[in-house]
Amino acid sequence: MITTTKLALSLAIVFVALPASAQPRPRVVAPPLPVFAITGARLRTGDGPALENATVVVRGERIVSVGAGAAAPSGATVLDASGLTLTAGLISLMTPIGLAEIELESSTRDTGHEGDDADAIRAAFSAADGYNPLSVLIPVARLGGLTTALSVPDGGFIPGTSAWVDLAGRTPASVREPVAALHINFDDEGFTAEHGARSAAMLALRELFDDARLYARSRAQYDRGEFRDTDVSRLDLERVVMALNHEIPVVVRTARSTDIVRVIALAAEYGLALVLAGAEEGWMVAQEIADAHVPVIVEPLADLPTRFSAIHQRYDNAALLSSHGVDVMLMAPGAWDIRNLRQEAGNAVAAGMDWDAALRGVTSLPARVFGMDADYGSVAPGKLANLVLWSGDPFELTTAVRRVIVRGGELPLRSRQTELFERYRTLETTHRGYREDFAVHAAPSEPELVDEDD
Amino acid sequence: MTTRTLPLSLLISLLGLAAGCGGSHHGRTLPGGETASLPLLPWQAGRPRAPTIESPLVALVGGTVMTAAGQVIPNGVVVFEDGLIVAVGSADDIAIPDGATVMDAHGRFVTPGVIDTHSHMGVYPVPGLSAHDDGNEATDPVTPQVRAIDSFWPQDPSLARAIAAGVTTIEVLPGSANLIGGAGEIFHMHLGRTATEMEFPGAPDTMKMACGENPKRVYGERHTFPSTRMGNMAGYRIAFQHAAEYGTAWAHWQEERQAWQGNQDRWESAHGEQLQSIDAGRDAASSEDDAEDPGPAPAPPARDFGLELLLGAIEGRVMVQMHCYRADEMARMIEISHEFGFRIRSFHHAVEAYKIRDLLAAEDISISTWADWWGFKAEAFDAIPENLALLTQAGVRGVVHSDSEMLVQRLPQEAAKAMTAGREHGIEVTEDQALRWLTANPAWTLGLDDRLGTLEVGRIADVVVWSGSPFSVYTHADLVYVDGILEHDRARDGAAPITDFEVGLDLEPEGPVPPSPTTAGGAR
Repeated sequence: MITTTKLALSLAIVFVALPASAQPRPRVVAPPLPVFAITGARLRTGDGPALENATVVVRGERIVSVGAGAAAPSGATVLDASGLTLTAGLISLMTPIGLAEIELESSTRDTGHEGDDADAIRAAFSAADGYNPLSVLIPVARLGGLTTALSVPDGGFIPGTSAWVDLAGRTPASVREPVAALHINFDDEGFTAEHGARSAAMLALRELFDDARLYARSRAQYDRGEFRDTDVSRLDLERVVMALNHEIPVVVRTARSTDIVRVIALAAEYGLALVLAGAEEGWMVAQEIADAHVPVIVEPLADLPTRFSAIHQRYDNAALLSSHGVDVMLMAPGAWDIRNLRQEAGNAVAAGMDWDAALRGVTSLPARVFGMDADYGSVAPGKLANLVLWSGDPFELTTAVRRVIVRGGELPLRSRQTELFERYRTLETTHRGYREDFAVHAAPSEPELVDEDD
Repeated sequence: MTTRTLPLSLLISLLGLAAGCGGSHHGRTLPGGETASLPLLPWQAGRPRAPTIESPLVALVGGTVMTAAGQVIPNGVVVFEDGLIVAVGSADDIAIPDGATVMDAHGRFVTPGVIDTHSHMGVYPVPGLSAHDDGNEATDPVTPQVRAIDSFWPQDPSLARAIAAGVTTIEVLPGSANLIGGAGEIFHMHLGRTATEMEFPGAPDTMKMACGENPKRVYGERHTFPSTRMGNMAGYRIAFQHAAEYGTAWAHWQEERQAWQGNQDRWESAHGEQLQSIDAGRDAASSEDDAEDPGPAPAPPARDFGLELLLGAIEGRVMVQMHCYRADEMARMIEISHEFGFRIRSFHHAVEAYKIRDLLAAEDISISTWADWWGFKAEAFDAIPENLALLTQAGVRGVVHSDSEMLVQRLPQEAAKAMTAGREHGIEVTEDQALRWLTANPAWTLGLDDRLGTLEVGRIADVVVWSGSPFSVYTHADLVYVDGILEHDRARDGAAPITDFEVGLDLEPEGPVPPSPTTAGGAR
């Protein structure tokens, strides 16, 4: 459904329209790029057995070579990774990472329109414009082995477009693809925003796509005020036109098996590059999804009939879809929780998914589906050096992250949480006010309920 | 603070008497001061106390036995019968009893059943329908009179998933909208038709309290009390003051009742066999000069079920389970507990517990928390994954709880994360200690540590056989025994048993099939 070439071509067009800050900057004076080599690693690529004793050489931002037992180039900094496992950095999908600091505090949220009068459809809402690379959630995520994310707006029926970001950096330049995908909530939240019914939501989609299709060939009439009335803004229509032109994929969050089939049909009708997210009942229509070559994003741990729209969700959804040949990506549910993406992947494997498929589902597959695979998702020459070294199997929870490298630069294994830990590693040095022991009244030696006769 | 003249046990025995006798108490003998009957509330009187469990003689042989009592036994044996563990040890030392059903556990791990101290299963069941919102009586910030068991829906599909994940005991609590949310209930994970069928026999009473953002948000948004943290604290004090005064009122009544009884006894003694006629008509006795007619017995105070739960907390019979995130608020709650003489058994969520771990250790309060939940609300902003490891190092009982029908299905994974977080920072946490976060420590938190939480002779046979290390993400619970009864067998049951709710939801997965004489529907 989505072809990489098409996306890559269209992305090139997108870049033209972007602010300069988002483009790779040519260096006026090119200093010699730093070179380092990771040696002795156990490299897992997601394509079969590990490459033992792997040497990965990185120059600047990019990987220049990968080989078993190769010597580090002379002059390269050597990172001895004996006993460690090396993977591409994990890629998080479907959370508002960088758009929300404290989920329950609206003043910290830039995830979408809020309030009762918020439009249900805000296709032009761009996560890239609000993304905060200094979010304290980002270093925490890195300690879960994540180097890259899709930052996704939420709320309403069409929350807007997501941004592809590197989980490092201090400026908006961390946003590597400002318009990565258009997102649609064809699920309970979206139905609520669209008058409470599936049919109303489907109607709204058809109106939107029809309007956008007409708009694409009627811009002049639109500007002269001779275009039919629409419920959305011009920029909303422009974004939808991008989707209609296959310039960006359309990620539809939907759960119920029949909704999945209808959305696949709708996408075919309008020629959309469809990606399904959630797809809790996907296992029931796995063959239909596979036949339509639609990739899906699944949360492996979702296994309960939490709502009637997902009454048949089960623990082995990812495994069943994968075994039908569906391209399955994996997700963790919330921005503060994305460090647990590897736990989700491990549970997918526990439920029967192939280990390599699970690793691909958090690395190379998201890169390919979102048209970023020229740079992301695998440990191969020419790719960006977004790398993680693990103490063991990345999916095991007794495994720890030992090094995180983003675009060839190593990041300290620190977060606000590790700083708090260090502050309280011992209580000897903490601020304690007046009290030497506890800043609380000491417990009475006897219960206060005394016998009157005593 | 408050003055009492009698132990509660006597007070309650008087309560029982008061409830049982409506009219004249002439001629009745009051119980002696040494009465030690259990403080039964009306609904407690009918509770199962000492069930007779008949479970088969089972020997789990060859697995790695992790006792949560300090031992990891390779090639171990666990034997249980009639609900109780009868032998634990190495295969070299333990003889397999004749007639035992022998389960081969080679290559597998055997642990005590997992205990979750913080569940809303049954009271906030799935699917999440408005009709299922039964966890918060959010119409008053202080509702000690409500009981989670009265909301508990035993057909919540989450319960079956939890059993399949090795969970054998849960504490179901009211939500955290209220300062005092009501009585929690401990359930033993036998699926049943009614809440009472699942109630843990003889478990202590528990009470849910909540501090911080939730109560002040719920009521503050309505512009009613409390809308601030100081409002929260005032609310607890007011509630416990009422409870203390309630206790005093009963104590005073008891004094008056004793005084009245003394007068009554003197009067009866003076009148001897005239008593019968006195009972028939008082005027007959009015001529006596050495004893005054005491009149009718003083009426007891009105009974208040909510205040009785709070009084139970003051008396130490009710385990207080306190939702509290921030260190400073936990410390303030400890101060309030001292003011009113109640004990906090466990702080729940408690993501900042590491900051006051010395205080918590001194107070002997357990911490029920997550491995790594953080940041979703302001009071969770300072959570760190090393919380449990630091607490354990400081001698505080740590508990991995769920508060989630999803998380309850993978509590050992959560323990693995918390263990690893500590180890990565040089805090040694043994697997036995991490296992105690799931078993022995929650058992203590619920006041059941003499019966649950370890694999030791005499403990209740809540036992899980895991397909591998319980701390591996790839491990499943293969066999789950509750009271020695096999409640889940992965090979037999698949992913999980189902509750009534899930029956018949997918009768047409494959569509119509060609009719045949044997597929006809209708009556048999």
